[in-house]
Amino acid sequence: MTGNRILDAKIPGGPLADMWDKHMIDSPLVAPGGNRRKRTVIVVGTGLAGGGAAATMGELGYNVLNFCIQDTPRRAHSVAAQGGINASKNYQNDGDSVYRLFYDTIKGGDYRSREANTYRLAQLSMGIIDQSVAMGVPFAREYGGTLANRSFGGVQVSRTFYARGQTGQQLLLGVYSALVRQIDAGTVKMFPRHEMLDLVVVDGKARGIIARELTTGEIKRYEADAVVLATGGYSPVFYLSTNAVNSNATAAWRAHRRGALFSNPCYTQIHPTAVPQMGDYQSKLTLMSESLRNDGRVWVPKAPGDKRRPNDIPESERDYYLERRYPAFGNLVPRDIAARAAKVECDKGKSAYYSDQSVYLDFSEAIGRLGKDVVGDRYGNLFDMYNEIIGDNPYETPMMIYPAPHYTMGGLWVDYNLQSTIEGLFVTGEANFSDHGANRLGASALMQGLADGYFVTPRVVANYLANADLVNTSTDAEEFKAVENDVRGHFQRLLNIKGDRTVRDIHWELGRTMWDKVGMARNGEGLKEAIGKIGKLREEFWQNLKLTGNENDLNKQLEQANRLGDYLELGELMARDALMREESCGGHFREEHKTEDGEAKRDDANFTFVSAWEYTGENQEPVMHKEPLVFDNVELKTRSYK
Amino acid sequence: MDSFGSTLWSSVGKKVITGITGLALFAFVGVHLVGNFTLFLGPGAFNGYAHFLESALHGWLIYAFEAGIIVLFFFHIISTFTVAWTDKRKARAIGYKYGKNAGGKSRKTFSSISMIYTGILLVIFVIYHVKIFKLVDHELIGPDNVKNLYKVVVTGFKNPLLAGGTTVLMILLGFHLRHGIWSAFQSIGWANDRYLPILTKIALIVSILLAIGFVALPIYLYFVGDPNAVAGPGGH
Amino acid sequence: MSDQSDKNGMTIHLKIWRQARGASQGNFVEYTVNNVLAEMSFLEMLDILNEDLVKKGDEAIEFDNDCREGICGTCGLVISGVAHGTHAGTTTCEVRMRNYSDGDTITVEPFRAKPFTIIKDLVVDRSSFDRIQAKGGFVSMNVGSAPDGNAVPVPKEAADNAMDAASCIGCGACVAACPNASASLFVSAKISQFSWLPQGDPERTRRALLMVEQMDAEGFGNCSNHGECEAVCPKEISIQNIARMRREFIKAAFKG
Repeated sequence: MTGNRILDAKIPGGPLADMWDKHMIDSPLVAPGGNRRKRTVIVVGTGLAGGGAAATMGELGYNVLNFCIQDTPRRAHSVAAQGGINASKNYQNDGDSVYRLFYDTIKGGDYRSREANTYRLAQLSMGIIDQSVAMGVPFAREYGGTLANRSFGGVQVSRTFYARGQTGQQLLLGVYSALVRQIDAGTVKMFPRHEMLDLVVVDGKARGIIARELTTGEIKRYEADAVVLATGGYSPVFYLSTNAVNSNATAAWRAHRRGALFSNPCYTQIHPTAVPQMGDYQSKLTLMSESLRNDGRVWVPKAPGDKRRPNDIPESERDYYLERRYPAFGNLVPRDIAARAAKVECDKGKSAYYSDQSVYLDFSEAIGRLGKDVVGDRYGNLFDMYNEIIGDNPYETPMMIYPAPHYTMGGLWVDYNLQSTIEGLFVTGEANFSDHGANRLGASALMQGLADGYFVTPRVVANYLANADLVNTSTDAEEFKAVENDVRGHFQRLLNIKGDRTVRDIHWELGRTMWDKVGMARNGEGLKEAIGKIGKLREEFWQNLKLTGNENDLNKQLEQANRLGDYLELGELMARDALMREESCGGHFREEHKTEDGEAKRDDANFTFVSAWEYTGENQEPVMHKEPLVFDNVELKTRSYK
Repeated sequence: MDSFGSTLWSSVGKKVITGITGLALFAFVGVHLVGNFTLFLGPGAFNGYAHFLESALHGWLIYAFEAGIIVLFFFHIISTFTVAWTDKRKARAIGYKYGKNAGGKSRKTFSSISMIYTGILLVIFVIYHVKIFKLVDHELIGPDNVKNLYKVVVTGFKNPLLAGGTTVLMILLGFHLRHGIWSAFQSIGWANDRYLPILTKIALIVSILLAIGFVALPIYLYFVGDPNAVAGPGGH
Repeated sequence: MSDQSDKNGMTIHLKIWRQARGASQGNFVEYTVNNVLAEMSFLEMLDILNEDLVKKGDEAIEFDNDCREGICGTCGLVISGVAHGTHAGTTTCEVRMRNYSDGDTITVEPFRAKPFTIIKDLVVDRSSFDRIQAKGGFVSMNVGSAPDGNAVPVPKEAADNAMDAASCIGCGACVAACPNASASLFVSAKISQFSWLPQGDPERTRRALLMVEQMDAEGFGNCSNHGECEAVCPKEISIQNIARMRREFIKAAFKG
């Protein structure tokens, strides 16, 4: 169903390059000292976006309440990012600039992101590196003492900063160190092992949350002047993904149910280099860093059904399909293209011997050229990790990889100020939709997390607080009690089902449906089938779920069930969004819309917009609103990496 | 931040104390062994050596030295006792039922886990050997009235219990030093990945040599020594 | 490597520590899991066990875990007597069942140390680490005041050494494995990281004194240089960092 709201992104006018600075000058401030201390901001999530915002607002003197589901803020899923973080420093003198990073990101996103947000991201990228270095993040260095860079998929300059294979971990430890400093100073109050379960809206504005202490099950109300959601993406809707097993969409989804519109849910990133799936007992897919494609060559046997071991297949019988199809970028094409190309080959029956869903990533050429030691220095930890999982040595036999759900570009709709359609509710990092369009380039998630966390959120929230006309409320207000009752009711409902199927069992089925029908390639028929299946599965969930234990205890089964209930709604919305979008763009590939040589075919005339879905009630069809995308600074072209 | 005193008595401070006192005691043990070797040269050399120690600086040297040793022992014992006994027991009230050593890069050995026990036994030995060798009446011999410490020592070691017991304890001293020597450097911060493997090797070799040296004496004296051998200071 | 067609699963016997929330004591409970495959992770085997338990109407065994790829530091079990299992350089979630044989009995205990209170079953409270870090494991550098990233050169060797120390994931295995339940490796890794970098220099005295003070206040034991911590550390952090912490501490003590 299509609604008639046209969303206003509130993009400040003027030239792109001056927009953010001018916007900051035009925005009112909150005076330091008492005025800031009186303002309370809830930040949910402690990754780069959430932790960065909480720490920075603490430094500025706001009263911050910071929540995370992990046992400590240092374990937010940002830790898992391996490869690096982009910044347009042009330290390598290879022609990089803010504009080039902006352009690469827009192009990489297949012209489905918002120009103004993406440009700001590119602008702020430089300050992130400076800030992180100053906080003691041990980035890789050259012998001369300067920062080292490497190249990453989808770009032709070397702009990625890295800290061994732990870039996300090290950047998050930078955030965490700033955060604990503020916790010790008393500006940030930390709530670890707390899960946000609902949003409280008072007088049309986000004014608090309901959260559950996960170790005791205690459900409590928290009040604030503004709420920031930095709760990450929703890849685990596929069950098997590279995300942490506790990553979830519940906070964002509950906000959606309270009125925040959800944008582009069908834009999911399938990462091309994960360890292939091994069996149905599996709990997650392990990512092998994208940086491996710098030196590894991707291939499959030329003959379908060739199940010989890789070292027994002569050079002439191998198809280096990325190099063949995309000579300009070769193995470094963007993620969506590399992922889909693997699927295309596997669908033709050409795969690694291990399974029908695996291709080779071969380092023999690199080892011959650079020597085993250099390759080991670069990728040794990943090779060891791979060896541990598969039981095979990548120095000797080619690695096997296959795409896996990794990142979600879609998320809650936000305007230029990262404010959702609920006033006072800000959504940052992976949880929003705004910066990456239909596909995210490698090493850009960390960039967005920290740009939002360190720089954007503190300013836009200050802007809001300075302007906002807030009514007096407290956790004793009726609005808070009502939402808490909803949450309690939800738990009771789950615990009262007393059926036969476990959470994992149902989640696995949802995941398989999503992967098969709403995965790397989608078609109208499959999507309709998925919508039907997910609806039935949701029914099954609410009638036949089996839980043990109780709600007043540490009970991970209950936590997962609560999150699964939301995934069962979100999964359907993803399918609906994919069905609506009758074009192929970035991570969204509709088999009906492709060029003759199998590339994605956009429909700019009809689909240059952001979908923004409105929740209308359980088992009710959602309503879609639109934000038209306007490109004043780049020309819409067919993306080509050939 | 705390005062200097409590900084000194913090966990890291105690390690530094343990390390410094340990190294000093190790140095003492080395000197002691060299001194003991005069026993092989016969009563003249040994008694002369003892006489020199007791009379140097009008006797003050030995007092200062003994006082220093007592202080070193005191701090070494109480710092290590808190580390390896009281702090340890407080920090893990309920232990593992199926605990095992990690192996691999671990440096946990019989030496390292038995430090507190070998240490206690060594303290008892030190007191006992002072008592039977030093705090007894010595026969005065020769024109200078030199104490015949040689006779006391050799007579003592003719007792198989003392000779055997000393042999065992000196082997334990070797074990104590095997962990203690490199560990002391680690404790005072003089170690890194380059030096640690060398330090541990040196510690092993030195502790074996010291143990052999200390074991050689009671065995030699038990089998070969003659308590009634007599010689004045300076010769046979 | 094992073929996918090879589905002959192992039977694994488990003795797992169960402890109710708020209880001061727990006990070992014996379980058996069938059809365990070599390529399964240890935690996936526990998932299967939990599925069986829930289907039977029993409460699932609680154990902390999240990323399941060895980087978040959430998981931590003492498997057959060794923190994170006997395989060096791995977290609990990276332990694969290929290291075990059909019919093996594996014991599973929580990390044990007084500051690591057991919350439930195998889940422990490691918030003491946060409080230690909060006393000095940072550079006081507010957002906005940073100079250009290349303004201060850092020699590659120093950056590499800092990275070696910084790779600590805060899992707590060092404490769990230490015969004295000391947190020296964790604390020293953080102090050491900043000691290598020029950015860490202005606060090095405060950092060393305050972090050690907090470590002691939390009730961790002291170090006997056994080196068990390094042996179980999933990131193989060297005890040279502990020596370095002591050096920093001695310098700091005299500067006060």
